[in-house]
Amino acid sequence: MTQQSFDVERIRKDFPILTRELPGGRPLVYLDSGNSSQKPTQVIEAMREHMASHYANVGRALHVLGSESTEAYEDARSKIAAFVGAPSRDEVIFTKNASEALNLVAYSFGNPNNTDERFRLGPGDEIVISEMEHHSNIVPWQLLAQRTGATLRWFPVTDEGRLDVGGLDELVNERTKIVSIAHQSNVLGTVNSVSPILARVRQVGALMMLDASQSVPHQPVDVAELGVDFVAFTGHKMLGPSGIGVLWGRRELLDAMPPFLGGGEMIEAVWMDHSTFAPVPHKFEAGTPPIVEAVGLGAAVDYLTSIGMEEIKAHEKRLVTYALDVLQEVPGLTVIGPRTAIARGGTVSFTLEGIHPHDVGQILDDVYGIAVRVGHHCARPLHLRFGIPATTRASLYLYNTTAEIDALVRGLHHVQKVFG
Amino acid sequence: MIAESMYQELILEHYKHPQGRGLREPFDAEVHHVNPTCGDEVTMRVKLADGGKVLDVSYDGQGCSISQAAASVLHELTTGSTVEETLSVVDEFTRLMQGRGQVEPDEDVLGDAVAFAGVAKFPARVKCALLAWMAYKDAVIRSQG
Repeated sequence: MTQQSFDVERIRKDFPILTRELPGGRPLVYLDSGNSSQKPTQVIEAMREHMASHYANVGRALHVLGSESTEAYEDARSKIAAFVGAPSRDEVIFTKNASEALNLVAYSFGNPNNTDERFRLGPGDEIVISEMEHHSNIVPWQLLAQRTGATLRWFPVTDEGRLDVGGLDELVNERTKIVSIAHQSNVLGTVNSVSPILARVRQVGALMMLDASQSVPHQPVDVAELGVDFVAFTGHKMLGPSGIGVLWGRRELLDAMPPFLGGGEMIEAVWMDHSTFAPVPHKFEAGTPPIVEAVGLGAAVDYLTSIGMEEIKAHEKRLVTYALDVLQEVPGLTVIGPRTAIARGGTVSFTLEGIHPHDVGQILDDVYGIAVRVGHHCARPLHLRFGIPATTRASLYLYNTTAEIDALVRGLHHVQKVFG
Repeated sequence: MIAESMYQELILEHYKHPQGRGLREPFDAEVHHVNPTCGDEVTMRVKLADGGKVLDVSYDGQGCSISQAAASVLHELTTGSTVEETLSVVDEFTRLMQGRGQVEPDEDVLGDAVAFAGVAKFPARVKCALLAWMAYKDAVIRSQG
């Protein structure tokens, strides 16, 4: 039934960029959505319409445009709250990207402005991440550890590309204050099982954050059901514009946290020597926010909802099942990450024996118009774990087809011919 | 079919059959350069003789065809030349690479390195081509230091 209702050809018509031609008359085969997704007309139009007819600053202008713009901005917040099952719309904070959301939370720990016991962090305390993290979920915690003298620890990754939770009870212990891991790996495609880790986190009284940048765009995510404390994700990977990310946090924790950036609109009252702060979410939204971007992201979640996140997930599962089958028939190709479509998303990273990913990506692009990402995908420690400097990554989304995967395979055979 | 012009036969040949690869003794200076965006790396040793002659340039590394072929071509062009000559090749090669494909290469100076002219049109790959040459320049300066 779902297979019939999901019409990828109809969906592709919503994405103008997919019909463009590359120099030399090559068609575009876009397999880089894990890096950033393309935008449907509905998002482009919503942003254009806002700028053409409703634009003004938000939250501070009393005129008609000011109130229309504010309404659109706040309406986007409500849409996103509903999209991820946030119990309250005030728990949705707009940031610049997922990195800012992660930094915001990291900044609240070991901060003299935060007297809440749960955020106290110093020598002897521990922060836990994993070896499969994007740099944005590594570096903020490294900086925090350096600032406070706390110890940074991490879950290892198995040869199959799964989180190794064998040492969970030792790794997450009474010294642990925060555990922050990826919901879905941007390299391996692995979807991590949250509940066993969360159960241990609760046992020791720590907090838990998920980097959901790669999961929210691709599967239904309900933050209340997940039960964690913080979730970060980003707009541009889920059909929305760049320049906007989201932090969801439990209200009671957000209330306890100190402001991250200071500036306009995050205050209640300001004197020359001190200030009091607005309630959440505005406490964390200093300065003019990404207004048009929020409107665009609101339109993106409307679009995703109209297609259905379950349907999108099922489509990507069909695609990745196909991709894993045909890619593993390419001689010398090794998939880095789970080799079956179980508990994994539509991101497939691989190596080709004897050929550097930069050469693979260059030939794919220039001969076939196939856009993949090559390099360490902002996850260098994970590549070090597998003893490789880089991989080639194809990341799939709702608008991709099996014909595009066939094109990738043809491209890889050609790459092998050039370097053979 | 743009990139294949970047992958000149000569570059592919050097990539598949690198010349002078492997670190050798004796040497005056050893340097290690990396390209943080793609993980290409090269370790290079330089042995100079009195009178400014380059006795040996030995290297090891890993990375894409462009970065590794560049090291192989560099070995051929530098070994047996004078420091002065090789530094003018470095300068001309750098000028070519940073020219966004608009610079007419001086073949007399560059020799086989002219095969890399096509790389200049790909800003993301220029650093790959320059890696070994920057390492060489660094090693020469340290040898003379």
